[in-house]
Amino acid sequence: MHQIFFWGFALLAVFSALMVITRRNVVHSALFLISTFFWVAAIYILLEAELLAAIQILVYAGAIMVLIVFTILLIHVEETKIINPWQRQRPIAILLGVFLLGEIFLILSRALFPESIAGTALQQVAQEGNTEAVGKLLYTKYLFPFEVASILLLAAMIGAIVMAKREIEK
Amino acid sequence: MINLSLLTPEIIVLITALIVLILDLLPWRGRKVLLATVGVLGTVGALLITMGQWDLREEAFYGMVAIDNFSVYFKALFLIICTLTILLSINYITRGGIDLGEYYSLVLLATFGYMFMASGTDLITIFLALEILSLAVYILAGFMRHSPKSNESAFKYFLLGAFSSAFLLYGIANIYGVVGNTNLKDIAQYLSQEAALKNPLFLAGMGLLLVGFGFKVAIVPFHMWTPDVYEGSPTTVTAFMAVGTKAASFAAFLRVFFYTLEPLKGQWVPVLWLLAAVTIIFGNTVAIYQKNIKRMLAYSAIAHAGYILVAMVAGNDLGSSSILYYLLVYSLMNLGAFGVVIIVEKKEEENLTISDYRGLAYKHPMLSAAMSLFLLSLAGIPPTGGFVGKFYIFSAAVSGGYVGLAIIGVLGSAIALYYYLRIIVYMYMYDPEKEFLDGPVPFFSAAALVITAIGTILLGITPARILELAHYSISYLGH
Repeated sequence: MHQIFFWGFALLAVFSALMVITRRNVVHSALFLISTFFWVAAIYILLEAELLAAIQILVYAGAIMVLIVFTILLIHVEETKIINPWQRQRPIAILLGVFLLGEIFLILSRALFPESIAGTALQQVAQEGNTEAVGKLLYTKYLFPFEVASILLLAAMIGAIVMAKREIEK
Repeated sequence: MINLSLLTPEIIVLITALIVLILDLLPWRGRKVLLATVGVLGTVGALLITMGQWDLREEAFYGMVAIDNFSVYFKALFLIICTLTILLSINYITRGGIDLGEYYSLVLLATFGYMFMASGTDLITIFLALEILSLAVYILAGFMRHSPKSNESAFKYFLLGAFSSAFLLYGIANIYGVVGNTNLKDIAQYLSQEAALKNPLFLAGMGLLLVGFGFKVAIVPFHMWTPDVYEGSPTTVTAFMAVGTKAASFAAFLRVFFYTLEPLKGQWVPVLWLLAAVTIIFGNTVAIYQKNIKRMLAYSAIAHAGYILVAMVAGNDLGSSSILYYLLVYSLMNLGAFGVVIIVEKKEEENLTISDYRGLAYKHPMLSAAMSLFLLSLAGIPPTGGFVGKFYIFSAAVSGGYVGLAIIGVLGSAIALYYYLRIIVYMYMYDPEKEFLDGPVPFFSAAALVITAIGTILLGITPARILELAHYSISYLGH
């Protein structure tokens, strides 16, 4: 049962992702991107990572999509339609892509991520629940990255203000 | 243990960045100099406290950050770079019409990121530090918003930087998947098992990390962004990133590869060998054809990353200490050379081609003398620091058994001599055709040049003490 759902969601996710990069109309691409996010969120739920699924939908399907749609609004979509995204790179790109894919398959066929790691994490989650476990870690072991991320956001905010500010009067 | 007090230098830099932002709101015309002064005071204060942390072997925030001699050495270097950059910027950004208070704030925030690149002992810390410094520098690169070149530079840097961050992150994810932890100590522990060394997923992760760091330190073939970004950015920012970002990325690169991934040396040394050879040959050859001095210095910066890779390949005692030594020399001489470019450059990107330096010596003898010193040091001529640094690196390569690589390095330096000397020829062998500066050399820029020049010469005459410090710093990595 689990397997059927996984393959269903996975295939839909890959299909939507393919549609994102092949559509000529940017708005269609954006819509397929949302659907990709949702299918991936569904896989997270299958993995019993409900917090991750919720974040995926809130942040990616919500916030980031709004950004993308705004960008599409601001740039002139009609003009960008003419540009062929492949140009002359196509043969090389396909070759390298196939090569990379083969490499990934080769590696995956030789080794898998050890299950013991996932096992211990799952036990912890089963005891206290997903959200609680993540929250506890964020405020103990990962307190430093959690706090420093705020400085990252501050730098981004200053940057956005600088970029949007009007020219200095001479 | 959290041990917040160990992070005092970083916190000072952060608070200075915020104070600068607030002070910029003062309704006072002369406030820009005040901002720079506050910035310099903050970094110098942080520098003093950092120096007091020497020989302190502590960890903070549950092993996320280490205060060891390695991080102290690099943090001191970054703070010096930050101070010199601010000194060089004061006059330049006013002339260029980009004297927003946010400029200094972003330079300080980038320095904050640099510092955690050196002291981060967890892949997550290193990644976050890298993102902080990258974001700040992307914006600084595009600070001249009226210039299309500056916009192009910021955009290219942003796209390729984000692309390279993805490589790094994918590598981190792979390693996490195998080890179950992102802490460098735990990864090292995992690698102490025999079977772990052959795990293909881990090796793939390591390869991706190498690509990510390769982008940031600008080694061939991950250098594509460098010339355009260095050319388009405001020159002070170019100097800052050519020196600071490179040194910071090398700091994290060294900690991850020299300490954690040391058992896998057999895997990554041959790759670095090849990258070093290609980087040195390519960087030096292409630099010959450059007409723009910023582009030339960009290719020279690529070549210098190649020399540092040679020392990484050698990997012995002398090799590892010479990396730290060379990064210090490289920072000083490069900041100096860019400093002269900054002083000579006029608005609207005038005076940036190499032939513009025609006859500079007859109008500004001191400036030309300083430029010659920095260029000779970059080329590796005694008695400058650049010579000693290269000497250490190549002798480390020879004693490590990498004679071929040492020969490539020496040949590369010989090619480099041509394009460095060409500028000196232009400065001294031609008659001046025009006025270079609109006024006297600005005081703060001159101060920065004096500091870098003295440093370059001192490192060339008495290298032993600093080499000893470098040796002491890197031999305690991870202990």
